[in-house]
Amino acid sequence: MVKKLKKVDAVIVGSGWVGGIAAAELTKAGYNVVILERGKNKKHEDFIGTKDELRYSRRYELMQELNKDTITSRNSMDKEAIPVRNNMNARLGNNTGGAGVHWNGMSFRWMPYDFEIYSKTVERYGKDKIPKGCTMQDWGITYDEIEPYFDQYEKTAAISGEENPLGASRSDKYPNPPMKDTPNIRLFTKAAKALGYHPYRIPSANASQTYTNPDGETINGCVYCAFCEEYGCDFGAKADPIGTVLKTARKTGKMELRNNAFVNRVSHDGKKANGLIYTDTTTGEDFEQPADIVVLAGFVFTNIKLLLHSKIGQPYDPKTGQGIIGKNFTGHFNNLSTYIGARGFFEDKKFNNFMGAGGMGSSVGDFSGDNEDHTNLNYLHGYEVHYSQLGSRPIANNSVPYDTPGWGKEFKKNSIKYYNRNLFITAQTGFLPNKNTYLDLDPTYKDALGNPLLRVTVEYTKQDIERAKAGVARCEEIMKEMGADKMNVDIVRDDTVFDHKFYTDHFFGGAIMGATPENSAVNTYSQMWNMENLFVVGGSSFPHTGNYNPTVTIGAFAYRAAEGMIKFLKEGGNLAVKPLEENA
Amino acid sequence: MADQQPPKDVNDKSQHEQDMGRRNFLKNTGLVAGGLVGGSLFGGLISGGLNKTNEKNDKTAGNDSTNGIEITQARQFFTRHQDFKVLNAATELIFPEDDLGPGAIKLGVPYYIDKQLAGRWGVNARDYRHAPYAIDLKDVDQTAGPGGEQSILDRGMIFLQGLRKMDEESQKRFEVTFDKASEEQQIEIMTDFEANEVKMKGVKASEFFILLKQATLEGAYCDPLYGGNINMEGWKMKEFPGAVASYANYIESDEFAKLDPVSLRDYQGH
Ligand SMILES: Cc1cc2nc3c(=O)[nH]c(=O)nc-3n(C[C@H](O)[C@H](O)[C@H](O)COP(=O)(O)OP(=O)(O)OC[C@H]3O[C@@H](n4cnc5c(N)ncnc54)[C@H](O)[C@@H]3O)c2cc1C
Ligand code: SF4
Repeated sequence: MVKKLKKVDAVIVGSGWVGGIAAAELTKAGYNVVILERGKNKKHEDFIGTKDELRYSRRYELMQELNKDTITSRNSMDKEAIPVRNNMNARLGNNTGGAGVHWNGMSFRWMPYDFEIYSKTVERYGKDKIPKGCTMQDWGITYDEIEPYFDQYEKTAAISGEENPLGASRSDKYPNPPMKDTPNIRLFTKAAKALGYHPYRIPSANASQTYTNPDGETINGCVYCAFCEEYGCDFGAKADPIGTVLKTARKTGKMELRNNAFVNRVSHDGKKANGLIYTDTTTGEDFEQPADIVVLAGFVFTNIKLLLHSKIGQPYDPKTGQGIIGKNFTGHFNNLSTYIGARGFFEDKKFNNFMGAGGMGSSVGDFSGDNEDHTNLNYLHGYEVHYSQLGSRPIANNSVPYDTPGWGKEFKKNSIKYYNRNLFITAQTGFLPNKNTYLDLDPTYKDALGNPLLRVTVEYTKQDIERAKAGVARCEEIMKEMGADKMNVDIVRDDTVFDHKFYTDHFFGGAIMGATPENSAVNTYSQMWNMENLFVVGGSSFPHTGNYNPTVTIGAFAYRAAEGMIKFLKEGGNLAVKPLEENA
Repeated sequence: MADQQPPKDVNDKSQHEQDMGRRNFLKNTGLVAGGLVGGSLFGGLISGGLNKTNEKNDKTAGNDSTNGIEITQARQFFTRHQDFKVLNAATELIFPEDDLGPGAIKLGVPYYIDKQLAGRWGVNARDYRHAPYAIDLKDVDQTAGPGGEQSILDRGMIFLQGLRKMDEESQKRFEVTFDKASEEQQIEIMTDFEANEVKMKGVKASEFFILLKQATLEGAYCDPLYGGNINMEGWKMKEFPGAVASYANYIESDEFAKLDPVSLRDYQGH
């Protein structure tokens, strides 16, 4: 039996950056909000004294446990999907604060090109340049329109950085200067400059100094402890939802965050969402939380699973190209779009590789997006090349040159010798949507409640392979200039297929935004076209993958969505057809 | 750290001065100003972990020494001594003792693995465990992840079967148990497991090999609290300083920072 609870103004799935931003903005505006979060209750106190590689980087303690819910994966439409069974293959957010607790904090903006990718491609190269089967589209918004929200997120999250010399215009500088630099970063910067490129420091959510954000929340200065990616910060120095937006919402007295609340379904009447149905996983009881507006902020997999399972919108069919829910799934994939590049081994240099911070490093934007002329290249979109000093921990970092065996005497000798004598440069690439890469419900596997798992189908195209090869070649070029004595350069084979790894947590699409209901599920306020009190927010609304880490862009669109929610609660209606006064 | 000199940092300062330095970072970076340190949050860390006197270091150090941990070195998971002997030999083959320092056995790796298999990891507690299992991925997809990901067997069962299979192969090929086989013989068998040239049931030999190698490295470099990396010898070989609170003082320097390692027991301030 489902017990119906007292109605509130807004109910939100998920307490990550997206849910947190919505909660902060709605409660500041005076609305009552309930957040339903499947994971455990977490406070900063939980992260004190947790510099434990085995527990957090090998057993993935902060990530979603896959025993109750997971996804299935296949790399071609004619295969059966296999379930993603363990965290070696999926590091997804869970618990209060979501993935925003254990992220690195690399904080780039996506590019003007990204938001108008279709028009800009046609304008520069003509329609024929767009490959067959590619479903790229404009987002229905321009960089200039989203810029104020970028600024808002950067100020909330204490972003520390310097201007990208090739970047788009900004209304203000970063709220904090970049973090300190290191010999490793200096070496990369010098080499990149010598090659004529334009390196700059990666903007980070690891704060370079103690800072108080516009909501009055304080983020401490980072101490470069290097237990950052995959860990909660034990100094309160990495901006996360717990220390910022959730704290702001809590202060108002208008937010209730319910942990161990696993959302199963959106209740609705076909036109209007009534609320969320969830199970209290500590008792097994089912509840309905009614609300005036319903916000899906459970990350792309949950957002799309809930839409499909609740039968909202028309599911995408890759055979006919009809339907929208599940369309244009994209991401940064392990063996293609990130974590590949060139590793250099140095005989005479020793680096402090065990120090650093999650978002610390330097990036080259010369090949990002459409910065490079693609006329004579066999791919569209580009890649960003970076060196990042996030801190090499000893279990996970045992790199040896290719000519050393993988175990035994030589391996031990060289893995120890090179531990502080190797550096890695990686290229993060864009990924364009294609008609065969999408989300639907799995016909075989079920979650703990008996509902079908979400199925992910990813097919790489020739373009994606060529882009990846170009990125790796650039890493090799820079590493050579850095003076490495030996190099391991990753090889991207022509027949590389998706390896079922959901390691980056950079995944997008399935409820994409656009200017009209013909080609999108939501408008640029993340409001569903055909269910106006339902907001589907986060990476799920992005029509393709840019070549930068996504969270600043996710945060910006979350601020825009929150503005839309407030407007909707006041006036109702479709926000896209009635432009907001502030932006008109 | 019983028999060690007071730890030195790059500038040859004593641990105590380093600690004072760290406290100043904490202050400078706003931890004190932000009100965190004074409250319960950092209390334990500051008094126990960061501001520890050498005297206290000496007292707690017994727990890090080889003697102190012997009491925890008994088998929780493995029931047959022979299985454990094969595990000893196999992990030592992957990570042998040499002039750099101890190998897997002296670092406590076999006991580390035994403890892990007896816990949540050994029974895949966090993992999705619903049928159908694609035991032979050929039919589905060869590119799926390592570590028995698609096997119906849990990690404990994979280890038991894998170790016994190694022993069996050794007896079949060389008429001697794996732990008594010569180094070349052991290498031959291990190489065949890595290349998936031995037939196992319900899991590929190469997947067992990956699990074994990963677990060996975990045992060599985990925090000593798990029973591996005894006396932080793994970290010392690798020049990884463990749970150091702050590197703010060192991060910009061109010099390599030679720091004595800090265990979680010290860091958390027990
Ligand atoms: C290791 C790691 C490093 C990263 N580093 C970076 C980086 O450097 N830069 C960058 O830009 N991005 C990075 N990311 C990505 C970044 O963390 C995400 O983009 C961002 O946190 C997404 O925020 P979100 O609110 O959309 O989703 P999440 O943070 O995933 O929040 C979703 C929340 O919803 C909850 N939830 C899901 N389903 C349900 C349900 N059915 N019922 C109830 N609750 C549910 C989840 O438990 C979770 O708390 C990293 C991610 C990881 C894992
Ligand atoms: S590196 Fe900085 S931001 Fe990251 S966990 Fe350590 S102190 Fe926090």
